[in-house]
Amino acid sequence: MRLLRLVSLLTLLGLPLQSPAQEAPATDVPPQEELVQEELVLGLSQNRVAITANFDGSEILIFGAVKRAGPQLSPGADVVITVEGPTESVAVLRKERRAGIWVNTDQVTIHQAPSFYAVATSAPLEQVLTATEDLRQRISIPRAVRSISSRDEVTDEDSFVEALLRIRQGAGLYQMREGTVRFDEQTLFRTEVPLPSSLPVGLYTVKVYLLRNGALASKHETAIRVGKVGLEQWLFALSRENAVIYALMAIVVAVLSGWAASEGFRLLRRQ
Amino acid sequence: MQIYLPIAEVSVNIFLLLGLGGMVGVLSGMFGVGGGFLITPLLFFIGIPPAVAVATSANQIIASSVSGLFAHLRRRNVDLRMGLVLQAGGLVGSGAGVALFNWLKQLGQVDLLVNLCYVVFLGAIGGLMFIESLSALRRAKGGAPVKKRKSRGLVHTLPLKMRFRTSGLYISVIPPLLVGAAVGVLSAVMGVGGGFIMVPAMIYLLHIPTKVVIGTSLLQIIVVAAFTTFLHAVTNHTVDVALALFLLIGGVVGAQFGTRIGARMKAEQLRILLAMLVLAVCFKLALDLFLPPSEIYTIAEVL
Repeated sequence: MRLLRLVSLLTLLGLPLQSPAQEAPATDVPPQEELVQEELVLGLSQNRVAITANFDGSEILIFGAVKRAGPQLSPGADVVITVEGPTESVAVLRKERRAGIWVNTDQVTIHQAPSFYAVATSAPLEQVLTATEDLRQRISIPRAVRSISSRDEVTDEDSFVEALLRIRQGAGLYQMREGTVRFDEQTLFRTEVPLPSSLPVGLYTVKVYLLRNGALASKHETAIRVGKVGLEQWLFALSRENAVIYALMAIVVAVLSGWAASEGFRLLRRQ
Repeated sequence: MQIYLPIAEVSVNIFLLLGLGGMVGVLSGMFGVGGGFLITPLLFFIGIPPAVAVATSANQIIASSVSGLFAHLRRRNVDLRMGLVLQAGGLVGSGAGVALFNWLKQLGQVDLLVNLCYVVFLGAIGGLMFIESLSALRRAKGGAPVKKRKSRGLVHTLPLKMRFRTSGLYISVIPPLLVGAAVGVLSAVMGVGGGFIMVPAMIYLLHIPTKVVIGTSLLQIIVVAAFTTFLHAVTNHTVDVALALFLLIGGVVGAQFGTRIGARMKAEQLRILLAMLVLAVCFKLALDLFLPPSEIYTIAEVL
């Protein structure tokens, strides 16, 4: 796995760098900043993560460079990389003690929560990013979770959101990786993001932000597909598309193996 | 060695799954219980999503029960006729139970009700069995003559009598039908095969010999578990065959050992062990209800 990743990295580095990123929209550049032509070029160790029968987590290497048309700028540039899984809506339930028993009482629905979200930065986040820019680009983990609704009796929705972040951070599904982007000579950057074994499938978005004095200077985006392959994919598809056949198969396999074990033991005992 | 489970979407250790399956298989062969009440919480514990754990344990129960059933069939410990009568009642009961479950779901708090059901039933059945088999053991040790059961109870006076040769009974079919129906309702609501309710009911209510009870109960569990597996796979798509396969490899082997162990033991010893097991699970579930959880928030899918 590691070897394969290295090989793909080498081939990627050997090849001419990928298509240039689109320029950052003019509105994203603060007016006080001198407008400089800066482009981000991005590479990934793999652009699809294949989940096979022996999948036990993985790691993705994200690397790239800042291409400049103009003269070298004064230092102060930072890079933030986010990896975001498919968005889903989740319910967060809270237990309370009622008549001595712990029961689920309150519920908050979060309509847009990424199933996986990792933020890697080249320096502590508060130094890299202003609060307004974070609000605008939705970079930090709490900003990535949005659209919250609840019934009237729930007044402390924030603690439900905090619980979601805490539980998912514990499971490695949300990761705050401050200072893990190595940024060399204001041009080359690289980082590694570990992927847990419970990685949700779907289309992931990798975003790279180039920031100057806390404001966005340039942005580039690419996609990774995380999907099951081979037998895993076949079984999954069968269970959704031909549920009746899948169900009968499950039952037949169970009955046959029970019978086979019984016969096998009988033969063993005879000897 | 890790394996990625395609439906559960997590990666777990193969040997852990084989061990879990084997343990539950031994119990299944020994006592005639499917082990659903035991394996489902264990699967939660190793990180399988609850919906997948419930559906897949039904699938694994089929395998270990079939394995145990063949062993009991060879020992002529299965009363097919009694099994069919219980099954007829069971199907009616399951239908009613599914309706009851859906009604409770609309009211909310169905999880709590299921847990309370478990604690109450496990506690009551385990406690009664424990006391009964303890006194039976004492009688056997003291050498005192075993008190003869009342030979003409309600089961003998009701109409529609039928001869159950393997069980050595000539009783009305109404009590077994009712027992089957009651177990059907409970197993639909609680999501298990119902062996741990069926076994004591057959021993104490129908007075079937313990050895015959175990084989016959396995027959009943297979049908219920197959039906449950089918429903879960078709409606919720939560049966993970890869998970089931590793559990059942352990399970079928375990069931063979379990049957052998069970055959060497006295009926009272078997009953007291089952009672202790039931009480232990009951205690664990009660602790979960009463002790403050380590995390009071849980994440659930939006339906």
